[in-house]
Amino acid sequence: MSTMIGPYEQSDAAKAAYDARFERIMACARLERPDRMPVGLQSFFWPANHGGITYKEMMYDYEKAKKVCFDVVAEFEPDGVYPLLMGTGQGLALEKLDFKQLQWPGHGVGEMQPYQYLDREYMTPDEYDDFLFDPTGFYIHKYLPRVAGAFEGFDKLPIFPGLHYFRLVNGIRSFALPEVRASFEKIVAAAEEVNVFLGHHVEWVQRINAAGFPLFNGSNAVAPYDFIADYFRGATGMMKDLYRHKDKLKLVLDKSAVFLTKMAIANAKAAQHPIVFIPIHWAPDAFMSPKQFEEFWWPSFRKMMMGLIEADLIPMPLWEADCTKRLEIIKDIPAGKCIYWFERTDMVRAFEVLGDVVALRGNISPSLLTTGKPEEVDAAVKHLVDNIWNKGGNLMLDGAFGIPDETPTANVRAMFDAARKYAG
Amino acid sequence: MSDMSELEQQLVDWLADMNEDEALALAKKMLLEDKVNPLRVLELCRASMDIVGKRFEEGEYFLPELVLAGEMLETIGAIAKPLIKQGPGEAAKRLGKVLIGTVHGDLHDIGKNIVSFMLDINDFEVKDIGIDVPVAKFIEEINAYQPDVVGLSGFLTLAFDSMKETIDAFESAGMRDKFKIMIGGGQIDETVRAYTGADAFGVNAVEAVNLCRNWMGVAA
Ligand code: B12
Repeated sequence: MSTMIGPYEQSDAAKAAYDARFERIMACARLERPDRMPVGLQSFFWPANHGGITYKEMMYDYEKAKKVCFDVVAEFEPDGVYPLLMGTGQGLALEKLDFKQLQWPGHGVGEMQPYQYLDREYMTPDEYDDFLFDPTGFYIHKYLPRVAGAFEGFDKLPIFPGLHYFRLVNGIRSFALPEVRASFEKIVAAAEEVNVFLGHHVEWVQRINAAGFPLFNGSNAVAPYDFIADYFRGATGMMKDLYRHKDKLKLVLDKSAVFLTKMAIANAKAAQHPIVFIPIHWAPDAFMSPKQFEEFWWPSFRKMMMGLIEADLIPMPLWEADCTKRLEIIKDIPAGKCIYWFERTDMVRAFEVLGDVVALRGNISPSLLTTGKPEEVDAAVKHLVDNIWNKGGNLMLDGAFGIPDETPTANVRAMFDAARKYAG
Repeated sequence: MSDMSELEQQLVDWLADMNEDEALALAKKMLLEDKVNPLRVLELCRASMDIVGKRFEEGEYFLPELVLAGEMLETIGAIAKPLIKQGPGEAAKRLGKVLIGTVHGDLHDIGKNIVSFMLDINDFEVKDIGIDVPVAKFIEEINAYQPDVVGLSGFLTLAFDSMKETIDAFESAGMRDKFKIMIGGGQIDETVRAYTGADAFGVNAVEAVNLCRNWMGVAA
């Protein structure tokens, strides 16, 4: 017997394996003990290195990308897989959109270099008021034309609120402008490409599912503070705003939490997967004082996590860098509802503080994975198993931020083997 | 620092306490209306930055304060410098020369900037050669600047290889023993130090300062 998942046949054995893997993750999230310690697989360009294609091919050649991303799953048999194409497969769409916030392989950086985000001020401090008054208007007239060439004509569009009656009729006039038409044509072309890309993504997901492997998360989201810091004010602009524009900043964060939560829920429902991955950029100990963290960073994010939890979703923040001093604060959420993934935070300490509140994910060091020896990776896994898993911790093993691009295969093998050797 | 008037003390406090508007207004008034010697104002700035640096070391201040302090300093410097008549004669105070940059392939610069800032306020002469710095540019800049310490910053795992390549190139160019090399950035640890062949690594700007002080034979 078998079932079809899209074009792919799933055998009964594969279905059983899928269910067992997914249940392992869900059990951990509920703070129940699964039959063995789950292992996650997340990465960006490592499958390209592993499969012998260039980073550029990974971003432009859908078939090659699907193959190398399928091969790593089949080879290492993780319990949960990051939607690998989502992180790397968008070269053509980026190009058609003339996206300006990134440089990517073959477009600003070399064919074997990862893409890079350009940290700039995409919203000036005096635009806080515009954003607050009408975020959509700010997007249409200011933000979109700044971040992607395809939107350049949008600054000519009318100011929509206020259009009424004959004013509404006459007000649409700018849609006929050549630059506005050109924008729409580019956007349609880019959107078609996104559709093609998403078709490949869905097909790849069906293929891994049919082979018995669930996604770890179906969608991604962003914390309000990080959203404004990374994509609007820029890293240092945001830091200065903590002093110069603190009240407006807080209002913007509150407002953003509302629409970011709505968006995250919609995306998770569309992906039909409860786990929402949220990479956390600006929370680390070294970045702001505990007081600033509690005042500026945490409230809007907590609000967002609560919104996701109420929608029956499972937030999975990846707390980047070292967040040891934040543990007591971020503990303040309902038990058994979230997965906290830590990068450099001492996992044993995290387990002590948060063990009865959240499941944990991580955190084999990237320097070890890329430059260490397999036996050192083995020892690092054993350390986590001895001190967390064997003490009842709901740990899901992974690299500190997945598998770094440059990791030798032997070290990935060592990580997966050690999990089975020491934790079932 | 030598005796300060009440007003001077006020400027130092406002700067150190992040009262930007008040501090900048006062500095402007001192420079442009009261015609205070610009070197004196810069000296006051330095005194306030000593306090900022100390608060950072003690864990009271974090990145926002360092970034804001750096900018206040820049603003006042821009007004003061054209008013300076004779050379500041500052060089004598400098403990040593540090050349720093983010290695090629990596664009992260906040950590590097903080390190530069802390070295600067701790009496080192710093030359910051930016981000995504190719190996050849490091060599060229080192030849021109003759630093005592070279700092390599990097946050991406690909930076491990860039650092190694850069340090290997120093070796090939026969300059490896002319200066000390320190590395740092989010993922950098002893494993990476050993891999790249650097002399030391630092997890934060305070460690960077201590490394340089030790190498220059200054008591910590
Ligand atoms: C802020 C940030 C960014 C900002 C950078 C803004 C800027 N102008 O620098 C933006 C958003 C632009 C960005 C972009 C990217 N980033 Co980034 N980023 C970070 C983040 C959150 C913080 C880094 C930072 O600036 N910290 C602030 C500093 C001050 O803190 P600190 O480390 O405590 O600093 C001290 C020490 O590092 C030390 N130090 C620093 N330099 C030196 C030098 C010497 C000589 C010494 C002794 C000490 C020293 O002193 C500092 C001061 O005390 C890290 C997360 C992390 N774990 O670090 C990811 C991180 C480094 N980024 C990452 C990635 C993947 C990227 C991108 C590729 C993302 C993308 N897909 O676009 C791009 C790459 C761009 C590029 N080519 O460089 C990954 C790296 C993973 C990997 N595989 O290598 C990380 C680890 C996030 C993650 N967990 O995945 N990023």
